[in-house]
Order: sequence, then structure tokens, then C-alpha cells
Amino acid sequence: MRNALLVISLIAIFAFFLYVAVNPGDLGGNTGDHLIFGEPRYSDMDDYFIHNGQNQTGANNIVTSIVFDYRGFDTLGEASVLFTAVLGVGVALRLLRRDKNDE
Amino acid sequence: MSKIVRTQASFLYTFVLIFGFYIVAHGHLTPGGGFQGGAVIATGIALVVVAYKFDEIKRRIKKTSLTAAEGIGLLSFIIAGISGIGVSFFYNWLANSGLLFGESVTYGINPGYLNTAGTLPIMNLAVGIEVLGGLGVIVLYMLHFVKGGERNAA
Repeated sequence: MRNALLVISLIAIFAFFLYVAVNPGDLGGNTGDHLIFGEPRYSDMDDYFIHNGQNQTGANNIVTSIVFDYRGFDTLGEASVLFTAVLGVGVALRLLRRDKNDE
Repeated sequence: MSKIVRTQASFLYTFVLIFGFYIVAHGHLTPGGGFQGGAVIATGIALVVVAYKFDEIKRRIKKTSLTAAEGIGLLSFIIAGISGIGVSFFYNWLANSGLLFGESVTYGINPGYLNTAGTLPIMNLAVGIEVLGGLGVIVLYMLHFVKGGERNAA
């Protein structure tokens, strides 16, 4: 019973995504001749980065110029997340090892 | 591990490190950057950890230096961000300035000059140092936890 439900729901979800992918749809207010997946309609932002990124930052790699310059604050968060994760792993493993040594 | 693995590891270790630092140093020109290059360098550390016995690992890799690298990396990243505080936080004040990493680049195809992109290479280097320290410390913690015991308390 549960397996049948799972298969049916998977097929339904797959059919929905297939329909959305191939249909030039009006779902979500995205009317027109563009596919919903694959072709975003508005691309002012990425056009700006592509045309001005090299002039403004001097980096050939546009991804790096976005990650470290335009969105540098976000990368600061990423780096501190990594720092905190390492801190957490260290604390957890140290606690586990102390428990094992006590016994 | 066997002698074959140990020989290969001692041979490959240097090249993995060089490749990782290449990815970090060319982060503003080619795909890659601080995070990816740091992960490659941490792979070299993991290679040593897998291949050698505990005493040899302890002789080659110091945990204190890895934790220091992690802290120094994050600190220098924050300092590189603060250094542009005259205009705004994370302002790229070195780009197109003619100073260090300050050559200007025009829009279009070029061969890729290392001396460009302002603070981006500095930030890449800082993040690379931080990531290699962090992931290396995680690998060493796992090793210590697996082996356990008083002898490995480092």
C-alpha cells in the first residue's frame, strides 16, 4: 500500500515536471513563448556582471569577481560557517574521546 | 599501508600541494579559487594520513600549525575586507589602481594576467589557507578519534 502510494506520487510529480518543462506555460505568471525551466526571462543582472565585471574588478573569472567582490559579505559568512563547523567537529569528537577514556 | 602506497604517497604529496596552490593563486583567472584549492590541499593531507603510520603523520603534519592556519586565514580575509572600509566594506580598492595586483583589464578576451583583480587574489589566498587548515584539522580529528587512547592525545 505504501509502496503503491509512493510510486503513484512519484509518477505524478514526474509528470508535472515534464509538463512544465515542455509546455510554454503560463504557470506562475510566466506567460509567453519562453520555457519555464531553462530560459529565464529577465537577465539584467547577469548581463551587467558579464559586461562590467572585467572592467570593474579586473578579474577574468566572473564567478570569482561575484563571489569575492560583489557578494563578498556572503563569502565572509561562508568562511565563518566553515570555521564554526570545524570548531563543532573538534568539540564533539573531543567529548566523545573523553567519554571513551573514562570507562 | 603497504610500501607501494607509501612510496606513491610521498611522491604525489608534493604535486598535490603544488596543484592546490596553483588553483588558489589563479583563482581570479581560471575556474577554482580559495575554497576549491584549499580542498585540494586538504586532500594531500588526507593522502598522508591514509598512507603512513601514526608517528610519521605526527612528524609530517602538526595540528597546531593547521589550527593556526585556519585562524590566520579567516582573520586575514576579514582584514582584506575591512581594508576597503574607506568606501564600503569589501570594496575592491586595489583593482585598477596600479599598485599590487592593480593592473587594469578591458572587457574582452585576454590571455589572463596574474597581476590583476585587486584584493581578490589576497582574499583567495586567505580563504585557501583557512580551508586547508579547517579540512586538515577535521581529518586529523577523525584519525585521533578512530585510534583513540592516551598515546594519541596531541
